[in-house]
This record gives sequence, structure tokens and C-alpha cells, in this order.
Amino acid sequence: MNEVCFKNLDKDQCWSLETYEASGGYSTWRKIIKGEYTPDEIINELKISGLRGRGGAGFPTGLKWSFMPRNAQGQKYIVCNSDEGEPGTCKDRDILRFNPHAVIEGMAIGSYVMDATVGYNYIRGEFMEPIKRFEGALKEAYAAGLLGKNINGSEVSFDLYSHLGAGAYICGEETALLESIEGKKGQPRFKPPFPANVGLFGKPTTINNTESFASVPDIMQNGGQWFADLGVENSGGTKLFSVSGHINNPANYEVSMGMPFSELLTLAGGMRNGAKLKAVIPGGSSTPVLTAEAAMAMTMDYDGIDKAGSMLGAGSVIIMDDSTCMVEVLTRLAHFYYDESCGQCTPCREGTGWLYRVLKRIMDGKGKADDIDLLLGVQEKIMGNTICALGDAAAMPVESFLRNFREEFEYFIEHKKSMVKG
Amino acid sequence: MISDNAKKQIDDWIAKYPQGRQSSAVMEALKIVQAENANQLSHDSIQAVADYLNMPGIAAAEVATFYENYNHQPVGKHIIRFCHNISCMLNGSDDLIAHLETKLGVKTGEVTKDGLISVKKVECLGACVGAPMFQIGDQYYENLTTDKIDDIVDGLK
Repeated sequence: MNEVCFKNLDKDQCWSLETYEASGGYSTWRKIIKGEYTPDEIINELKISGLRGRGGAGFPTGLKWSFMPRNAQGQKYIVCNSDEGEPGTCKDRDILRFNPHAVIEGMAIGSYVMDATVGYNYIRGEFMEPIKRFEGALKEAYAAGLLGKNINGSEVSFDLYSHLGAGAYICGEETALLESIEGKKGQPRFKPPFPANVGLFGKPTTINNTESFASVPDIMQNGGQWFADLGVENSGGTKLFSVSGHINNPANYEVSMGMPFSELLTLAGGMRNGAKLKAVIPGGSSTPVLTAEAAMAMTMDYDGIDKAGSMLGAGSVIIMDDSTCMVEVLTRLAHFYYDESCGQCTPCREGTGWLYRVLKRIMDGKGKADDIDLLLGVQEKIMGNTICALGDAAAMPVESFLRNFREEFEYFIEHKKSMVKG
Repeated sequence: MISDNAKKQIDDWIAKYPQGRQSSAVMEALKIVQAENANQLSHDSIQAVADYLNMPGIAAAEVATFYENYNHQPVGKHIIRFCHNISCMLNGSDDLIAHLETKLGVKTGEVTKDGLISVKKVECLGACVGAPMFQIGDQYYENLTTDKIDDIVDGLK
């Protein structure tokens, strides 16, 4: 436990440069400045590590970095996605608060690999405490001569800035995030072209999640194989799981990939008041909900959660006990996507509104017999028909809630009240 | 329209972006101007930001209306932004919001008569392991209870 992003968590002032360097921090970056690494060596180490994007999509980080046209002329950019806002997810907040230098060094290493001499960390605007920590760490790194142009008289340059959000979940989508840095509405772009070719300000750009960047320095320090061995096949390393809901000790837990869900549940203190587990959303609100039985048989890694019928996502584990009304939960989630849809694609803009309004009318005791079919029809028409994944993210919970807990929706429509809460 | 102090802060943000890309600073510029104008953005102040950044007024207005954290109606000196999404809901946020509304004598979206406090229901603020929670200004308040809420709110001046 706590072996990578959280390894200094128990130390005094764990966010300081001094603490970070005392545990080997910036050793890889210093070697790079001295010319002791080639970009290919770093990419190779990342590929061995099995590190996959921690923001939700799970794309192999080493492969992503190799897509950047490093030798192309002109400015290239590296961007960190700290626009954390998916219900259930709050791990990047803690990385920024407790280990900001790992994010800086991870971005610096990436900047060298991809010849991107300027970077931005897009942090959600509400995160004032994490923003102050990150800004403080940036100041320390500049003062220590670790950032800037021609660092230590070398050919290596890296300037890093934060860019702050202003309240829009959609900006966590990487191309919406780029639009936002450019001072526009956060509306996702069509792909292709992919950001590696046409990204920020039209230049080649790579975007990674906070946790992905923060994992890179330790991978380089200890070797890709060390990281891979922390986890299981196809899911190298550790992962931060934000465990929230009806649990005794809600917190972010950094554990090895492949840990059985039942162990994670125990680690988090077990069910609150000894209640019975009813359902689990394993990867954040966009990932399909699982029944207690499916969850208890699952291991916490990409393949394990996939096999159970959901997705690892951002590792945001929402625990629900048997007092939970699933109609109420889905209605709240539907409201979220309705509120956060950027409005660009018709299926998502209109569909999320339909999903919310139909669920709301069921909650209000005005549901109609064919509302379940209507909900399934609407989610099916959103799925796969939008520019970005927000549409799918809104659709997937609807399908899985209705598949796993259909009788609660039928009961609510027929009796005009919750099967659980009365 | 934009104070010298605000201009100085905006200039610091402009310096982070490439030459000619000063409109990247629009989100912060709007926040800075909003903070100096009772937490609210008027049509004129949005236009002033656009002029200062040499961008079309409509482009700044799009940003000011797309993102959640800009206010176009009067708000309180303190805005309590109460998360009501899933992890907070599972931990009783709906009852706590009702408690806060009763205590202050306002509904969400309204301002107290003295103009001191407004309450807003917001989507996930990314502190789910500290649910239920709300934000006031720069500060997150987590693991809220009715007693804790009373203490925090009574301390607002």
C-alpha cells in the first residue's frame, strides 16, 4: 500500500521539495539534464511498466508518448489533466495536495521525451488548496533551477504553468480541455486529427492524467519491471481508488492492481453500520453499476472489472448499502449529465434532458408503464452517436441500472413510491 | 472599468501563454473582474474584459455563460456551494441542504435578505471521500453535520 504516488504520505510536509528529493525525487530529471537518458530509453521503460492512463480510458502511456512527432519542427506542448470532476472521483486532488512535485517531474520527463518545452497543468478552478500546493511546488522547482530555459546550461528547457478551470465537467475531455486553455467554451473537437498532431494552439500536444504523470518518476527510479510487478498482467502498478459512499472509512487508497474488491472493502473499514452491500459503481459515475454479488467476485484491475461487467475508469468506487434507492441514484446521475452536457451534439444535448425528465417523473410518482422502454430507447440513441464520450457516459449507467435493478424501477412506476424507502 | 490592480493580475496570466494568445487568459480575467464587482459579471464588464484581451465581446460572453463559476445574477457576499451528487447524496446531503435552507430562510439559488449568503446546489466538487461537503470561497468543508454547518454559517461575516 502507498508505494508510488502516496509513498511520502506519512511524512511531515510531504508536499515539500525537500521531502520529495529525500526519497529520490528529481533524480531522473537531473539525469536527463545531464544527458544520461535518451527518449527511447524512457519510452521503453514505460512500456515495460504497463502504466495505463489513469484518467479513465486506460490507454498505455508509453505508447501514447511514442505517438508524438518528437522531431517535428516548432513548438510542442505537454498538458496535464487535473480537471477532476466525475462523481466519485477525488484522487488527483490528493496527489496535487500531497505530492505535487511528482506531477511536475512526471511532466518534465514527458516534456523531454516528446520535445515539448512548454507545459500546462489544467486544474479545476474549485481546487483552491491543490492549486496553491501545485503553485507552491512550481515556485520551489523554479527556485531550485529545475525548470526554465536551458536548465543548468544544458539543451534541456521546460516551462510549466497552471491553467485553471471555471466549472465544467466536460473540460476533463482532452480536446475540450485544449479548447478551454485557448480561452473558449469547452466543446470537444472531432478526432482525427488527434492532439498528437494538432493539439493546443494547433501544435502537437500530449495530454495525460495527473496520476499517470505522478507515477512516471518512480517507474524511472525503480524500473518498469518493478512497477509492472506491483500489479497484475495488463494492469501494471498500483492504483488510487477513491472509496466513497456507505463505507466506514471513505478515503483514497493506493493499492496494487488486482486486489480483490472484498479486500478493498475491508481495507476501507467495511460497510457502515454493518449494513448489507447492495451495489457498487467501480470506476466513477460513468461506469456501469454492479450488483453486490458481481462486485464481491471481482478483482480491482482493468481485466477484472471488465470481466465483472464494468470498467476501472478513474478508480472511483462508490459503495451503496441496501438502504439505497436505485431510482433515486440514477436520477441524480442523470441530472449530472444533463447539467454537464456541452450541448454540441444533439443526441447528448437532447437525450440527457430526456433521461433526466423521465426519471424525475418516475420519482415524482408520475411514471408511465412504458417509461423503462423509453429510457432504454433514449440511451441507445445516445450511445456511440456523439463526438466525445460524455454521451456514452450518460447512457451506460442507465442501461446497467435498468438491467441490474429493473424491478425497483417497475415498482416505483406502479406504486408511485420507492421499493426501498417507501 | 477594469481596475489597475485587476489589470496587473490579468497581465500575469497573459504572460503564461504564447504571444498573441492572450485570450487564453479570459477565464481568469473574468474571475478577477467578477471578484471586484460583488461576485457578479455585467454585460459591460464582460465587454471590458474582451476589449482588454483584444477578443470579440461575444467570445468572452460565450465563456462567461458556458462555465458554472460566473454569476450573472446577484449573489451573497459568501456563496455556499453545496454538492448534491451521488457520494454526498448517499451521505445525507439532501437533508443537510434542507437544514441550511431552513436556517437561512432561503431556497437554493436565493440570497439572504442582508445580502450576506447565497446557497447554490452544485454538481460533484471532487471531494467524495469527505462527503457530504460544500465550498465557501477558497475553502472546502467536509464531513458536514447539522452542528458543523451551524458553526460554519454562524461564523460568516
